[in-house]
Amino acid sequence: MTQLLLFNVTNGLIIGAFYALMALGLSLILNLSNVINFAHGGFLVIGGYIAYTITPYVGFWGALLIAPVLTAVIGFAVEAVLIRPLYGRDPLYSLLMTFGLAFIIEDGTRFIWGAQGKPVTIPPFLARPLSHEFFFITGYRLFMVATVTIAVGLIFTLLRYTRLGIRIRAATLDLETVAAMGVNVRMLRSLNFAGGIYLAGLAGALAAGQLGLEPTMGTGLLMPSFIAIIIGGVGSLTGTLIGGLLIGVASGVTAVFAPAASEAVMYVLMAVILLARPRGLLGEEGMMT
Amino acid sequence: MSGAVSTRKLAVQLAIWALLALAPYWMPSLGGYTALGTRVLVLALAAMSVNFLLGFTGVLSFGHAAYFGLGAYGAGLALKFLAPSTPLALVCGMLLGGLVGAALGWVIARRRGVYFAMVTIAIGQVFYYIAFQWSSLTGGDDGLRGFSRQPLDFGLFSIDILSNANAFYYFVLVCFALIVAIMGFILRSPFGRTLIAIRENERRARFLGIPVDRHIWIAFTLSCFFMGFAGALYALVNNFADPRGLHYSQSGDFVMMAVMGGMRNFWGPLLGAAVFVVLQDYLSSVTVNWMSGVGVLFVLIVLFFPRGLLGFVKRKSEA
Repeated sequence: MTQLLLFNVTNGLIIGAFYALMALGLSLILNLSNVINFAHGGFLVIGGYIAYTITPYVGFWGALLIAPVLTAVIGFAVEAVLIRPLYGRDPLYSLLMTFGLAFIIEDGTRFIWGAQGKPVTIPPFLARPLSHEFFFITGYRLFMVATVTIAVGLIFTLLRYTRLGIRIRAATLDLETVAAMGVNVRMLRSLNFAGGIYLAGLAGALAAGQLGLEPTMGTGLLMPSFIAIIIGGVGSLTGTLIGGLLIGVASGVTAVFAPAASEAVMYVLMAVILLARPRGLLGEEGMMT
Repeated sequence: MSGAVSTRKLAVQLAIWALLALAPYWMPSLGGYTALGTRVLVLALAAMSVNFLLGFTGVLSFGHAAYFGLGAYGAGLALKFLAPSTPLALVCGMLLGGLVGAALGWVIARRRGVYFAMVTIAIGQVFYYIAFQWSSLTGGDDGLRGFSRQPLDFGLFSIDILSNANAFYYFVLVCFALIVAIMGFILRSPFGRTLIAIRENERRARFLGIPVDRHIWIAFTLSCFFMGFAGALYALVNNFADPRGLHYSQSGDFVMMAVMGGMRNFWGPLLGAAVFVVLQDYLSSVTVNWMSGVGVLFVLIVLFFPRGLLGFVKRKSEA
């Protein structure tokens, strides 16, 4: 029983780390640019397929480094061409735009790589279980959690201590003032968007090794990320991180007792938060209105 | 309003109703068929319900497919388990969509902008999930089957709407006209004018002492009742209720219909729904990549026709 529980908690943590990585990217873009990026799942899929495609040439480690960067470059271009013209308009339009993009990306990946799922090989020393007793903790799972931890740590350090990060945080609070102080807000938004997409690409490259690749996999990860943001509180990246881990672990633990309800528990958590604390766990008062 | 303008408006109204009333006669010559017209009417009703919120109250619900789907399941379940009666099915569907919408709207109405959209999406997905998982009641992934619309019984005579496509079209048209008339009446009432005031300047409306949250809640609830009714009609169209009808991508389609037609115009969503349905019907018959076709349509409309087809025409004629 204890082992089963431990198994599911670990599982939940790993899935939660994924959700958190997705949700952090979404959150970055939402906070600064007021854009709900429906295509975020699509960018995850792009990251995964790019990793799959370049692995034969640059190896597993090379792919893990390069694929998210390439995805971010695509994101940067998409932002500059398609999303930037919409900033002055009602948020409705950027929402519809990313919604359409999600369709195009899903269909596009199916067109390029086929509807069949792709198997992805990971280095043998990562595929081995740690020990006989903890057979469920493969090296790759630990490695994923470690990578997510490092990435999240880097993002938070970047936002906290670098000039770019400070500008992004300031512009999230008051875009006009930051623009008036001579910061190139357009570039700031583009870089921020690309940063969010980088996280999606990284999640995709990591997910490829664990879940395999399918054109539709991004859509399934999108909704938990939304819920993570709502639970954590809009406007708070720490909240988003906690929200993602929380729903991951909650569904992991529920899977022990009632496997069918493991997904439902996310929605229940969201309902409780919406009723009891509408601004979310760490959301600022007034951010949700 | 000057006399000339109102005469023109009346003429447009008459033309629209005449087109709709004669659709079974002119559509076949353009390559359409009556069942397609029926679908356009039902989806247009749904898009107009979304636009009641989006275009006239100024809040974006991206989860309205949930109430559409609830209406469909409500109607289907009523036909299957309660009594074989078409009007009862419509009432049950409308009540299920509307009452659930009223309860949830209370939580949702306090939010604005993208957060309103986000919460409506997430809450809407709850119902998609329920319809998908609760297989014993809803049929799960396969959808709810095993019911069909029933003849309309007027005591002295009855109308067969099951096998006669034209009779069913006119039945749907009467339902459509009824709901559209109610919608138009509400929007013309002082309450409807208040909604438009909120859309134009929420802060000023608040300063005037208008209880904005309560108004948005009422508008949301009304819109969910209309949506439930449209969903119930849709279940009758297909004799089937589909869990994918509750998914957020369906909500996106409804919003797109409203935007594509012109969301500031009362009749915009009707035009949008007609174009959308016909285009999708055509695309899915010629290519398997119809998804990217719809995606490209979204991108193009947002970039080049943000005011929709009617807004575009209007601006051209004014320029």
